[in-house]
Amino acid sequence: MSSFSPDELNARRLAGLEPGPRKRPAPGTGDGSLIDDPAVRAPLVLNNRSFKEVTDIICGYTENKPPQWWLPVFALVASVAGLGGLFINYLVITGIGTWGLNNQVNWAWDITNFVFWIGIGHAGTLISAILCLLKQKWRTAVNRAAEAMTIFAVICAATFPGIHIGRQWMAWFMFPIPNANNIWPNFRSPLLWDVFAVGTYGIVSLLFWYMGMIPDLATLRDRADQRLRLGAGGPVLLPFIPIRVDRIRAFVYGMLSVGWRFSSRHWHRYEAAYLILAGISTPLVLSVHSIVSFDFATSVVPGWHTTIFPPYFVAGAIFGGFAMVLMLLIPARELYPNMKDFITLRHIENMAKIILATGMIVGFAYSMEFFIAWYSGNQYELYAFKNRATGPYWWAYWTMISCNVISPQVFWFKFCRRSPLVVFIVSFFVTIGMWFERFVIIVTSLHRTFLPGDWGMFHPTPVDIGIFVASCGVFLTLFLLFLRFLPVFAMAELKAVMPAASPHGHGNGHGDGHGDGHGGGGAGDGRDGHGHTSQGGH
Amino acid sequence: MSNKTEHGASKPGNNKPSNRVFVTEAGEHIHGVMAEFETPSAVYHACEMVRDAGYRKWDCHTPFPIHGMEDAMGIKRTRLPLIVAAGGFTGAGLGFLMQYWMSGVDYQIVVQGKPFAAWEPFVPITFELGILFSAFSAIIGMLAINGLPRWHHPLFKKTRFLRSSQDRFFIAIEACDGKFDPDQTRALLERAGAQSIELVEE
Repeated sequence: MSSFSPDELNARRLAGLEPGPRKRPAPGTGDGSLIDDPAVRAPLVLNNRSFKEVTDIICGYTENKPPQWWLPVFALVASVAGLGGLFINYLVITGIGTWGLNNQVNWAWDITNFVFWIGIGHAGTLISAILCLLKQKWRTAVNRAAEAMTIFAVICAATFPGIHIGRQWMAWFMFPIPNANNIWPNFRSPLLWDVFAVGTYGIVSLLFWYMGMIPDLATLRDRADQRLRLGAGGPVLLPFIPIRVDRIRAFVYGMLSVGWRFSSRHWHRYEAAYLILAGISTPLVLSVHSIVSFDFATSVVPGWHTTIFPPYFVAGAIFGGFAMVLMLLIPARELYPNMKDFITLRHIENMAKIILATGMIVGFAYSMEFFIAWYSGNQYELYAFKNRATGPYWWAYWTMISCNVISPQVFWFKFCRRSPLVVFIVSFFVTIGMWFERFVIIVTSLHRTFLPGDWGMFHPTPVDIGIFVASCGVFLTLFLLFLRFLPVFAMAELKAVMPAASPHGHGNGHGDGHGDGHGGGGAGDGRDGHGHTSQGGH
Repeated sequence: MSNKTEHGASKPGNNKPSNRVFVTEAGEHIHGVMAEFETPSAVYHACEMVRDAGYRKWDCHTPFPIHGMEDAMGIKRTRLPLIVAAGGFTGAGLGFLMQYWMSGVDYQIVVQGKPFAAWEPFVPITFELGILFSAFSAIIGMLAINGLPRWHHPLFKKTRFLRSSQDRFFIAIEACDGKFDPDQTRALLERAGAQSIELVEE
């Protein structure tokens, strides 16, 4: 061992060639990731994991038996999702009168749910695209799950416009398909822009997610293939079907990974494609919720006809989306072994900060709406907002304000941002608040329009409630399947941000007192991977 | 033409793909030589050596993209952005023309007195289709330039190579490279610090 310089020794240890010491995190840094000194780079992967360990842990989530809770929980949420199928069948057969809609309030939970779900997706694209362009390396631990969440949320969202049209079998009229009437969709309507925006968003998110997964699917393929070649007896599909599970894995993951062979020439173009996709997804994600807000803003309904809607909707979408990411990942990191090494307290703290920032933007938008309602001198507009806060739906409005504006304020305190339990509870409130925000915008604006003859109330029916609950079931079912069968973390990206990935051999100062010396060199050099003095000084 | 080729061939470090065929003792055609490295810095410096030795038909296989590898291997910038730009403008153009033709030419419908073919309401869908086509061009273009999907490759036959997707780093030099020589290429990789070197059969 004496032939290795300490730097090389570290590189070898992180590559899994030498056993590494497991050090306790320094006091006051939580799990070791909460370092307040800006000169010290916090570790993105804890416990000095080597490449081999990272691969084993992440592939283990799909290769090992699922945890005991997985199957019962899956059965439960899948049943809830299935019940939604029954409700939707009933709705299609009987008509949308089975919802609580009426002549006064003709959009309610259907469009509320649509906007709610489509908004949730935005956090995934923010993490995968905008944080990528901003070189926020911590995103690598959460981007895969967040992108998966985006796609599942878009699936839930797309269901609602599809079923809210009275004759669901004519849903294809939304697309520019030549039909017997020889007419085309009305391209001057924001509702049609919405079809294209949500459709593009869903497809591009899926492509981005899939492309990011190609190398990791290839890793799963190679591991299955390796086990088959070594002849280690693995489990079979079913006792009476003697097909090795690894054979199915090697085939399915092999097909999906298109023969990826980790070539550096391929990586070069892959990284270019990734950056381009991030670049085009950034304006896309901003456009999608802007266009969703046009559905309202281009109308003349008081409470809808405002120019603040696009930025306000986008900020709200990111706000609600991050809350959902946290609601999924905080339990996941408790339930899956070793996930805490990748999703550290710093990740949670960073996301809590984003929730606080976007929550403040949303709070600003709420107050600006009120101000403009008064300042515009438009009596209908002012009435609409007074009615929101004090009318028959006052409880919905104040639920929204308490959940969205007041509850995130606890994140001004460090100990709240750093407590997964507090963050989870606030995220739960924010999710409720964001659903109510859309309910308030849609229903309270429609239930008191210009003429008293147009005034009414909305009362949800069991079909309304059933389909909404079922959409949550669909979302969780898909997410559980994702946890079980796909690479939950972007392994290749995660390895690339580990200190050992630096090709210059001194991207690490772990625990051997070399941290300070390299910190200086790294600062002068100014390249990535230097000065990772994460746990260096202690 | 021939003059130019000769001149090019005489330059050090320039070499044409050769038609020479290398065969193992068992009679199998040789695809190339594969060398394993244990750390990113080892493979990085080895790549610099292979690059400087003038090889062209070779590649480095790493579990993740290594920062600065383009320089170490002498990879030229990809032309993918041009493909994406072409795809994006095609999508946006087609999107605009589709709306203009359907709404303004083929079947004009009066809706709220709005003009039939004003460009303003066509902006959102033009933009979205531009993005959609760019995304498809990016991923399909990336795969196409990389020659994927390709489910079979001689390297996959090597069980050792499968670790390139997990924690090991490989350099593979192909026999069709003009400079390839079973002994010299192996010697170069040994000097570069390879942990193990294997012949790869077709």
